[in-house]
Amino acid sequence: MTALLRTEGIKKAYGGVQALNGATLEVAEGTVAGLIGPNGSGKTTLFNVITGYERADEGQVYFGGKAITNAAPDKVFATGIGRTFQLTRIFARLTVLENMLVAAQTKDQPRNVLSWFGKDAWTHHHRHAMDLLKFVGIERHANVLAGSLSYGQRKLLELAYVLVADPQVILLDEPAGGVNPTLINHITDRIRELNSQGKTFLIVEHNMEFVMGLCANITVLESGASVASGPPDIIRTNKRVLDAYLGADLEEDSDDDQ
Amino acid sequence: MNAEKSERALKHAALIVLVAAAIAFPKVFTNPAVTNYGVLAMIFVTVATAWNIFSGYSGYISLGHAVFYGSGAYALGIAARDWHVGGTTVFALLPLVAVVGAVIAVPVGLIALRVRRHTFIVITIAFFFIFQLMAFNFSFTGGSSGLNSPFLTWPASGYNTPFYYIALAFAIGAIAISWLVRRSRFGLQLRAIRDDEDRARGLGVRTMRVKLSAFILSGALTAMIGAVWFYYINQVAPQTGFDPLFDLTVVLMAFIGGYGSIAGPVLGALIIEPGTLWLNTQPQFSGGYLSEILLGGIFLLVVLFMPRGIIPTGGEWITRLRTRGRPAVVPAMAMDAASGAAASSGSGSATSGSESTTSVSSGGTR
Repeated sequence: MTALLRTEGIKKAYGGVQALNGATLEVAEGTVAGLIGPNGSGKTTLFNVITGYERADEGQVYFGGKAITNAAPDKVFATGIGRTFQLTRIFARLTVLENMLVAAQTKDQPRNVLSWFGKDAWTHHHRHAMDLLKFVGIERHANVLAGSLSYGQRKLLELAYVLVADPQVILLDEPAGGVNPTLINHITDRIRELNSQGKTFLIVEHNMEFVMGLCANITVLESGASVASGPPDIIRTNKRVLDAYLGADLEEDSDDDQ
Repeated sequence: MNAEKSERALKHAALIVLVAAAIAFPKVFTNPAVTNYGVLAMIFVTVATAWNIFSGYSGYISLGHAVFYGSGAYALGIAARDWHVGGTTVFALLPLVAVVGAVIAVPVGLIALRVRRHTFIVITIAFFFIFQLMAFNFSFTGGSSGLNSPFLTWPASGYNTPFYYIALAFAIGAIAISWLVRRSRFGLQLRAIRDDEDRARGLGVRTMRVKLSAFILSGALTAMIGAVWFYYINQVAPQTGFDPLFDLTVVLMAFIGGYGSIAGPVLGALIIEPGTLWLNTQPQFSGGYLSEILLGGIFLLVVLFMPRGIIPTGGEWITRLRTRGRPAVVPAMAMDAASGAAASSGSGSATSGSESTTSVSSGGTR
């Protein structure tokens, strides 16, 4: 299957800390891919490099066969890559609907400065925005300030406003982090439904049940480098992965139990 | 729905009454000392609103808007002097003054808007001092003595009235532009930048272009009203055209009223400008900076008890009174339960047919 999103040997250092050290991954079109690794392994940094929030020191990012390395975040979003954040980043003093419309506007950039003032230029996005709010289940909060939403609702809003611009690939940074099991099921269902409609996902997540149940292919990062990649069954039994991540987690869990 | 309609009708009626009162003001109060309050209040309503279009909506607090105010005054003075323009024809130069303000805003904005928060504030102050020093040192600005405005042949008894209506027209125009900006996609992008600029950029907002456009618009408006002020007081000098207290006063007006809202800076200007002028005429306050100390005290009280300003905090109080203790937002639990039901049924519309109506705490056009 063709790789829609691909990174090759991405390196990124912060002073003396090498956050990424040759991170390579491939996300096939129409699949749900996972990116796992211990804390500090560089997962979010790789997301930041792909989406233009951080500049890569070395390496390349390809989207649809075209290099987009170090493109600005607005350009990356315009090419068709949307993302959410580990800690939700919504526009707290805008209403939920206004949050949606911020992203919707990129679909049709105004022809000139004067057209920015016309409200009609974006009111036609209202219906689409409301449909998506309904899809994630928060449509009755459309007119409240986004800052008054609960954490779980913010996660849903973030997913919804990324969807409003209809990106080809959606990068989700810990979508199940800090939300209750019922809401995790709700988010899982929404991802599955979107994937069945052709959306491609790359998900960073520590919840192994969530990742293993959802992803067709998983890449494992350790110390900024990709150490393994494959279907969940292979990853689950890979010794290096067990040593680097899953085993460590199990050990931590057993330590906690004691 | 009916309540919404009647609320809108009430707002429209209040707006008409306010505009009618503003128009009638110089007819009712003919004393030049009082109409002087009116002229300067309208000038500062325009300045505070222009400042708010950029700083209030984008969250970039500018402490250098006197750059535009002073430049507008000087631009009008220099053009009138060098091109020998006099009388009411001078007002025809105002569009040119707007262009001067916009042209100054481009390089200043391109430099200052690369940085954020405190650094941005410091850079705007630096630009302010650069412009003040230029006004002091260039020969075409008249050096430390500044410029005098062209002679205007209006009778002394009613001199203030035409200026009042000109300033009122600018104030109404600035408020209308502020309203247009706030309800437009441009305003939405500015407010998204205020909340989280990086996130806005990641959602496709061309942040530099949006910020710079607002800065230019704000600068052009401020320059024009600066020119009107210059013609009204008949002179400009470096220390009055580029006055650091001007910047602090404008920010104070917006903060007291509520920056980021449409009505907040207007209310702030209507409280502070006449208040300061009146206090300065009182013998017990004159000469000892007591009026400034009193205003500082009021500012402290507002910041302590209404940190977001009078209009937004007042709006919250009204919402609290209306909901009478009920939460203004549907509790998260209700939603989570609903989404849980949706998850189990596999329905996409988790909360369709919602049983409760959500009250809006704020967020619409204020």
